[in-house]
Amino acid sequence: MRLTAAILAARAVAALSRGLRRGGGTALPGLIAERVDPGLVPTLAGRLGQGSALVTGTNGKTTTARLVRGICREAGLRPVANSEGSNMMRGVAAALAESARWDGSFPAREKRIGIFEVDEATMPLVARSVEPRAALFTNLFRDQLDRYGEVETVATLWRTAVRSFPSEVTLALNADDPAVASLSDVALGRVLLYGVDDETQAGGPLEHAADARWCYACGTELEYTVVFYGHLGHWRCPGCRRARPTPDVAVSALTTADDGMNVTLTTLAGEVSVHLPFVGLYNAYNAAAATALAVALGIDTKAIERGLSGATAAFGRQERLAVDGRSVQVILAKNPAGVNQVIRAITADGAPKHLAVFLNDDIADGRDISWIWDVDFEILSGSVASLVVSGRRAWDMALRLKYAGLGERPEVEHDAALALRRAIAATPEGGTLYVIPTYTAMLDVRNILGRWAGRGAFWEGDGR
Amino acid sequence: MKLRLAHLYPKLMNIYGDRGNIMCFERRCKAREIEFVLDELSIGDAFDPGAYDLVFIGGAQDAEQRRVVDDLRDVKGEALQEYVEGDGVLLAVCGGYQLMGAYYRSADGAELPGVGLLDLWTEHPGADAKRFIGNVVVEWAGETLVGFENHGGRTHLGPRARPLGGIVTGFGNNGEDGGEGAVYRNLYGTYLHGSLLPKNPRFADHLVALAQAKQDGDVRLAPLDDMVEEQAHAEALRLATRRSIIRRGR
Repeated sequence: MRLTAAILAARAVAALSRGLRRGGGTALPGLIAERVDPGLVPTLAGRLGQGSALVTGTNGKTTTARLVRGICREAGLRPVANSEGSNMMRGVAAALAESARWDGSFPAREKRIGIFEVDEATMPLVARSVEPRAALFTNLFRDQLDRYGEVETVATLWRTAVRSFPSEVTLALNADDPAVASLSDVALGRVLLYGVDDETQAGGPLEHAADARWCYACGTELEYTVVFYGHLGHWRCPGCRRARPTPDVAVSALTTADDGMNVTLTTLAGEVSVHLPFVGLYNAYNAAAATALAVALGIDTKAIERGLSGATAAFGRQERLAVDGRSVQVILAKNPAGVNQVIRAITADGAPKHLAVFLNDDIADGRDISWIWDVDFEILSGSVASLVVSGRRAWDMALRLKYAGLGERPEVEHDAALALRRAIAATPEGGTLYVIPTYTAMLDVRNILGRWAGRGAFWEGDGR
Repeated sequence: MKLRLAHLYPKLMNIYGDRGNIMCFERRCKAREIEFVLDELSIGDAFDPGAYDLVFIGGAQDAEQRRVVDDLRDVKGEALQEYVEGDGVLLAVCGGYQLMGAYYRSADGAELPGVGLLDLWTEHPGADAKRFIGNVVVEWAGETLVGFENHGGRTHLGPRARPLGGIVTGFGNNGEDGGEGAVYRNLYGTYLHGSLLPKNPRFADHLVALAQAKQDGDVRLAPLDDMVEEQAHAEALRLATRRSIIRRGR
């Protein structure tokens, strides 16, 4: 009874909020469903015929979860998934309530699988409710320190959660991130590791955004033979001899091609070769992570290959829109490691770039904007053809970019629509404008560009 | 002219974009044709009090702070004291600021003895206590400082230290006495972390001028084009002091 009431309430609120066009309406339905029936998540998750998998970590959650959903569909499964930006418990509740019938049963029950993207700090709570079959940990970077306190706090939360997982839970872990790989020390169940073997992708010395540089077990400074980005690489501890474990799923070759890249993944079950419609080593990590999780779920390599090949960019993640004869790419800026990767990816060809950078300081962006000083914007120096800075903290960003050598007085326009209009005008027809916004700015940017591009608002375009 | 800067534990004490402060010193020196020399001193490196005009130490997570503190006391402590008592200029931010005091008592009650250069002590009232997080405006020498604070510890000053300034908005040292930061001779400590100096160019120049004055007596720093700096300062001031903030949730 209660469950039915919760499901119906969630649906009604979701429909109402969509009707009112209130930004996707993803948080409220789940919140209400949980209020009406606090047992909704464990009950409904328990009815998914194929169980659930969780995806967590600082960077790559959204894209990886999206890739895993695509793979599941190719394997004949029907994923139930929360949408991005709603990766707390209420997002999981909303997804379950919306996929279930009013009586709490699922159509095609035996093919149903939960693929949930969860916030790093919320992961232990969601895991207790959902009791997943598998959990994927992507990486751990500094991100919104004002929200979580410290990187070490999250690492400790994860270790405690993993220790409590029963032995039936399979873990998929990033071998190249020492903080994530070390979770295998406390895991009771099976562990699948993924990483990058292709050493030609090395990114030089440790960046300013590197975090886990000390061995969690003995405190010695780690040594690297190869650093890919941030603190991800081939590491070893000279103190206790811990070292990067050999990955079960490895990126063995990576080349850029045709507005994207070709990636070869070596797995225990055979090789997977795919073309992905986005660039950047971090996206190769996402593909490897999705593959590792799919292998953990028992999905064969043929389905993995088809799933990855059919991938499209998640909104705000290298998504391309055509506006006024220009190609506009929106790339979400989340944290120093993520932005460094974005900058590397877009400057790879050496051609001058047209940029619009948006900095907001809402809770979802991070209230503390000091992270922009950890981004190596200096890489852009000398390859910027035009630049417009916007967002509520536009002047802080302008100052950071001034320091990076992108002009003594960068152009600032606080109004998002005007800023985009100017940036588009500064981009020659046929050219590409790169828009780099923080989270809440991306929602604005995406809506404005969506209107101009003659497409719907983002919540209509973002397929689950 | 020359400015020799020692950056203490740059790899360990760097949590909140602290390098922005180093970049600021470098930029503002070079723009005035002051030669800028940067030394990064880590664990085990001796500190030579006669070799530097300016010293900087940033913030860190608790785990890293614990790594640093023994070295700070046992390897560099005496030399740093000689430097500070000789009117050497030192800026300590956030975690580095706490370590300048007598001790830091963490949420679990463990006491971490500091280097004792500033007459102050810091206590974390427990894991359930409110963390002081948010934008800060400080009244300093008739001007304003703008920045961001994020600390659980409450700092109390003894008679041999005075506050750097008075809180206009934010929490500051302990959320009670209205004080922010601490000053003793030319040692400055503050909770305003990360990108403090770039958008507080007058405070940055104040420190550079103090460091230069030790070499050359009266120093006049040439004005720079600070249009973007002043705009960033004004914007932070406006946003921090705005009474009602209409937020869009997720």
